[in-house]
Amino acid sequence: MKVKCEPILLFLRPKTIFAYMKYIGAIGKYFIMVWEVFKKPTKWSIMRSLILKEIDELIYGSMGIIIFIAFFIGGVVTIQTALNLTSPFLPKSLIGFATRQSVILEFAPTFTSIIMVGKVGSYITSSIGTMRVTEQIDALEVMGVNSLNYLVFPKIIAMFLFPFAVAIAMYVGVLGGWVAAVFGNYAPSGEFIKGLQMEFQPFHVTYAFIKTLVFAFIIATVPSYHGFYMRGGALEVGKASTTAFVWTSVVIIVANYVLTQLLLGQ
Amino acid sequence: MIEVDNLHKSFGETHVLKGITTCFDQGKTNLIIGQSGSGKTVFLKCLLGLFEPEEGAIKYSGQEYAQLSRDERRDLRQDMGMVFQGSALFDSMTVEENVMFPMDMFTKTTRSEMQDRVDFVLKRVNLIDAHKKFPSEISGGMQKRVAIARAIVMNPTYLFCDEPNSGLDPKTAILIDNLIKEITEEYEITTVINTHDMNSVMEIGEKIIFLKNGYKEWEGTKHEIFKTDNQAVTDFVYSSELFKKVRQMYIEERN
Repeated sequence: MKVKCEPILLFLRPKTIFAYMKYIGAIGKYFIMVWEVFKKPTKWSIMRSLILKEIDELIYGSMGIIIFIAFFIGGVVTIQTALNLTSPFLPKSLIGFATRQSVILEFAPTFTSIIMVGKVGSYITSSIGTMRVTEQIDALEVMGVNSLNYLVFPKIIAMFLFPFAVAIAMYVGVLGGWVAAVFGNYAPSGEFIKGLQMEFQPFHVTYAFIKTLVFAFIIATVPSYHGFYMRGGALEVGKASTTAFVWTSVVIIVANYVLTQLLLGQ
Repeated sequence: MIEVDNLHKSFGETHVLKGITTCFDQGKTNLIIGQSGSGKTVFLKCLLGLFEPEEGAIKYSGQEYAQLSRDERRDLRQDMGMVFQGSALFDSMTVEENVMFPMDMFTKTTRSEMQDRVDFVLKRVNLIDAHKKFPSEISGGMQKRVAIARAIVMNPTYLFCDEPNSGLDPKTAILIDNLIKEITEEYEITTVINTHDMNSVMEIGEKIIFLKNGYKEWEGTKHEIFKTDNQAVTDFVYSSELFKKVRQMYIEERN
């Protein structure tokens, strides 16, 4: 005989509870992994070269795409703002103001972070996942190396330079907005620059950098988790990269909301 | 010497190792053989400390692994060398850097001393011109030799090899077998090899353990394996026509 359930009780079905437990277990495992990363450090002479290599790979290697995207996003924000400010009573300087606020508060830190999840996060998951599949992580463990410290710690340190990349993205984004405004005849240069300087609050930049640091940590650790604990072969490495992209993006979006509420909320 | 007493290991409902008791002698090549799924790799990973057994004890020269502190386990692991089935060389490092890695990580020796040691072990495994090459630039047999060089560079007390001959041609496989045997005798290492290769059993099997469904089914030497009446062992070892004939000839010769 079939038992009818109230819709609310569907959340308490054993299968659903089991799914929740799985997620809670994964979150716990993630924090244990983060704890392990900072234990039993690798010899400094080796760690130094690993950190420099990761800075080159994760930050320097991403600058091209960050600059390219920031420039065009700045331009698009300017055009869209200009097209929405149709009233002749609104000064053109508002275009510069809105571009600055959008780029500094949201586009440079959050949008760039999502781009980095796609580029850097996939690289981290696939490189660590491949090491797992080819038993290179087992080889490190057998030698007595703390594999999490050896593999993940340099990535975390390298990603702490991410705010520099975001600072460049802010500058280039605003520059892209200025180019779009001036060469697209949406606002004169003087008006746009006046808007950029209007009611500037330095804390907004601090807020953006605090967010960026948190996102940097997430980008370094969540994909590492998915790569390190994956099982299977080449196909699973691909799946792990996709899962890592999805979950890292989700965590960044949630963290963005929480941080905005904490730092800017009433 | 490694002593194993009543070792049990399960994964969820699957009971993989069911009370294995044995001992691996120093200076000898000890072979673990058995069909796929018999528990060989799990057994080897338990010996390496990569899997924690639920029950039983593993003693390395009298020291029980489970009783060791974290630091003592780390020290013990530096006494172990491992040759993985796929070699497990670090892709981003050259052959030389791969071999130097354990020394660089755990010793305070100077660069020139490390270089001398790397040159020595690479020469020992007959690799002379591959120092600056990356693992992807060398053959499977050469990769295995680099893996052996990396495993012995720290003068280990214990050497573990997981299917060292898999994917190699018969001639290279024999070279690798002989190299492992020579190194074992030369440095008095306790060597444990996990293999499917019956040539290895006949060539270098000084002590052979046959696993079946997680149990230790049989134990003996390569000479005893010719005479055994154990049906499971003879079905496995003499499954090919060639080995059946070899066994028949051996028995006729002995009679």
